[in-house]
Amino acid sequence: MIREHEALVVGAGGAGLWAALELAKAGVDSAVLTKLYPTRSHTGAAQGGVCAALGNQEEDHWEWHMFDTIKGGDYLVDQDAAEVLAREAIETVIELEHMGLPFNRTPDGKIDQRRFGGHTRNYGEGPVMRACFAADRTGHMILQTLYQQCVKLGVKFYDEYHVVDLLTEGGELGSGGRAAGVVAYRIADGQLAVIRSKAVLLATGGFGRMFRVTSNAWSLTGDGVSLAYRHGLPVQDMEFYQFHPTGIVGLGILLSEAARGEGAYLLNKDGQRFMERYAPKLMELAPRDMVSRAIVQELRAGRGIDGKDYVYLDVRHLGRQKIDEKLPDITDFVRVYQGIEPYTDPIPIQPTAHYAMGGIPTNIHAQATCDAANTVVPGLYAAGETACVSVHGANRLGTNSLVDLLVFGRRAGRQMVLDVKGQDMPDVTDAAAEPVRAEIEALRARPKGERKEAIRKELADVMMDDVGVYRTAEGLESARTKVAELRDRYQHVSIDDKGTTFNTDLLEAREVGYLLDCAETMVAACINRKESRGAHSREDYPERDDVNFLTHSLATKGADGAVALDYKPVTITKFQPKPRVY
Amino acid sequence: MQIELRILRFDPEKDQKPHEQTYTVEAGPMDRVLDLLHKVKYEQDGTLTFRRSCAHGVCGSDAMLINGRNRLACKIRVDQLKARRITVAPLPGLPVMKDLVVDMEAFFAKFRSVQPYLQADSLDPDRERLQSQAERAVFDDTTKCILCAACTTSCPSFWAQPSYVGPAAIVNAHRFIFDSRDDHADDRLTILADRDGVWRCRTIFNCTDACPRGIHITQAILEVSSRIVEHQA
Repeated sequence: MIREHEALVVGAGGAGLWAALELAKAGVDSAVLTKLYPTRSHTGAAQGGVCAALGNQEEDHWEWHMFDTIKGGDYLVDQDAAEVLAREAIETVIELEHMGLPFNRTPDGKIDQRRFGGHTRNYGEGPVMRACFAADRTGHMILQTLYQQCVKLGVKFYDEYHVVDLLTEGGELGSGGRAAGVVAYRIADGQLAVIRSKAVLLATGGFGRMFRVTSNAWSLTGDGVSLAYRHGLPVQDMEFYQFHPTGIVGLGILLSEAARGEGAYLLNKDGQRFMERYAPKLMELAPRDMVSRAIVQELRAGRGIDGKDYVYLDVRHLGRQKIDEKLPDITDFVRVYQGIEPYTDPIPIQPTAHYAMGGIPTNIHAQATCDAANTVVPGLYAAGETACVSVHGANRLGTNSLVDLLVFGRRAGRQMVLDVKGQDMPDVTDAAAEPVRAEIEALRARPKGERKEAIRKELADVMMDDVGVYRTAEGLESARTKVAELRDRYQHVSIDDKGTTFNTDLLEAREVGYLLDCAETMVAACINRKESRGAHSREDYPERDDVNFLTHSLATKGADGAVALDYKPVTITKFQPKPRVY
Repeated sequence: MQIELRILRFDPEKDQKPHEQTYTVEAGPMDRVLDLLHKVKYEQDGTLTFRRSCAHGVCGSDAMLINGRNRLACKIRVDQLKARRITVAPLPGLPVMKDLVVDMEAFFAKFRSVQPYLQADSLDPDRERLQSQAERAVFDDTTKCILCAACTTSCPSFWAQPSYVGPAAIVNAHRFIFDSRDDHADDRLTILADRDGVWRCRTIFNCTDACPRGIHITQAILEVSSRIVEHQA
């Protein structure tokens, strides 16, 4: 039986939930699909804060936030989008407070704010207190607050429905077609549901699980990005992937930049605050790409702790009261996952794969676009980490992921409200589920093949080793060969669980397929970008090259299945590119 | 070292009733139980089924019964269990869908029943509502809840009477009842004064012991009951 809603939201993180609230407030028949329960979404893992130039602690202006975002993104940011981000950060944070978010407070009862990497006063003079926070569980509180409001407004949820295909009408997405709904796999019993819709928002998060060491949840497998790509949409700026400097060694669990915002040090084996040699003005609060590179440089120079592959994050001098009040969760992680007491011992850390700056190209209304002229794809929207609007350019500043999902989640919802009016419901039938049903049945029926986990592990290794903090032509070429080999092997993947009840074996196998798409486009875009900008550091091309590469990449699936690359201009309004020093 | 992992399994497509299956896995002291479950699933038996997502104790997906106590599999280490034999079973008191996966619908319905959202009657001001640090501190603890269900499904009162709203829902009601910005505490107190509300709590403290977020749940329940008594007086 076919179902329909005027609008569908895929993914129940911050972006999806806020969009759903806008749709519900406007009385649009809509629903949210999530492969988890909404409160399990990875927005909940965000820790340190959400920046907005409230000026509660010291003078601040949205123009400063806009500038920091553009400079932090190494001038690959679309400046019209950065302006929207910085302006609307203020009203969305205030709106969240009105929804009940329990922000920490200043002595006079306002939202408390603290320092964060790359956020500065007066266009780069020094750190500014801009990050609004709720202890070190800001993302948790955003996710909970938005979900609470969804409960209040009676938003319709399809919990544990895994979206396995995107429906189109009138051609594929890049060739004049429009989005027409989704096919969702009900995890409980394996039933496929066709849900047609006039508007589909992809808000499925990132794809950090393609790396060996990552802060990302197991669920972050690039589902939305991959499905759009398979249906003809380009993916933008895939070469820009952020490594967060302070992950727990080996596990990659995030230790928030808020620690450094509160004053924590980074130390090498000589006990030296080595950031003084890389970013003398901002020190530990330099942007993440620079701090991650500094750590790798220290390790290469043999200044890792005991000659190993980590350095120290040191919070000891902050004192117990500040640690307990402002950093309770991350210090708990250190105790549980490293068996270390942060009151008395420094914390071993290393860079961890964290955030995709790239994704589905959109305009500032969260409408997906399909070419260098920014032609809008009817009915398709993207927001949050899935999207590339682009407010993060080549490197995202800390807290701006939350700002992004609030601002553009809200915009997506509002735009969908406008766009569904007067639209016809797509003419989609149950038969639309057949292609993906055939894929699923083939996977279920394949008697003996390779385990998916072997493929995922080898992918994670090659991406970490060859497409990590530093990149070279040689490493990237070997990654391309390896990803292609893994793609071939993936054709023969088989699963143990042939059942229909809660078959995570099957769904994880599909997720590996999504990761392979994301990895393939990432490697191709990396190879072609022969410069170093933001998080994309080519050792063979160490300089930024504005003449040839001040441009967004667009990777499209060619007719032969290979990645085809195109480029589109960066929108520059107020700030001309300058050398990026801190 | 080698760990013997005894897992209570149930596949409704094959099994009449749950049965124990034993796996042997190689593990280090710092491995979490979730790591061991992954080893089984990825190296030995792909049919083993469990939920997990963030893998560091903030999403609440992988609560299960481990060596007789409700815990998050991603937040309990092998060395903390001090045993070479580890038993794993689904959360007690909820219907099992498959292996370690339970049906969470009834649990979330209880959460929704306590009006777990801010209700302020005054118009939203242009800027933030003011709240003192002391006012915020009153409900800080209960904002930590991740809805993993470890508390509710460890509660003997819930086992005995499944209609009991349970600790998790009360924690989430507490979070708003004690928020100075909220104007509808009385509505929630009325809901929780019901026969399936706070009075079913027998202060057994299982919930507090089970909470992976360290929330003082029993204390929160007692604060709500006291408020009901004041409210009724």
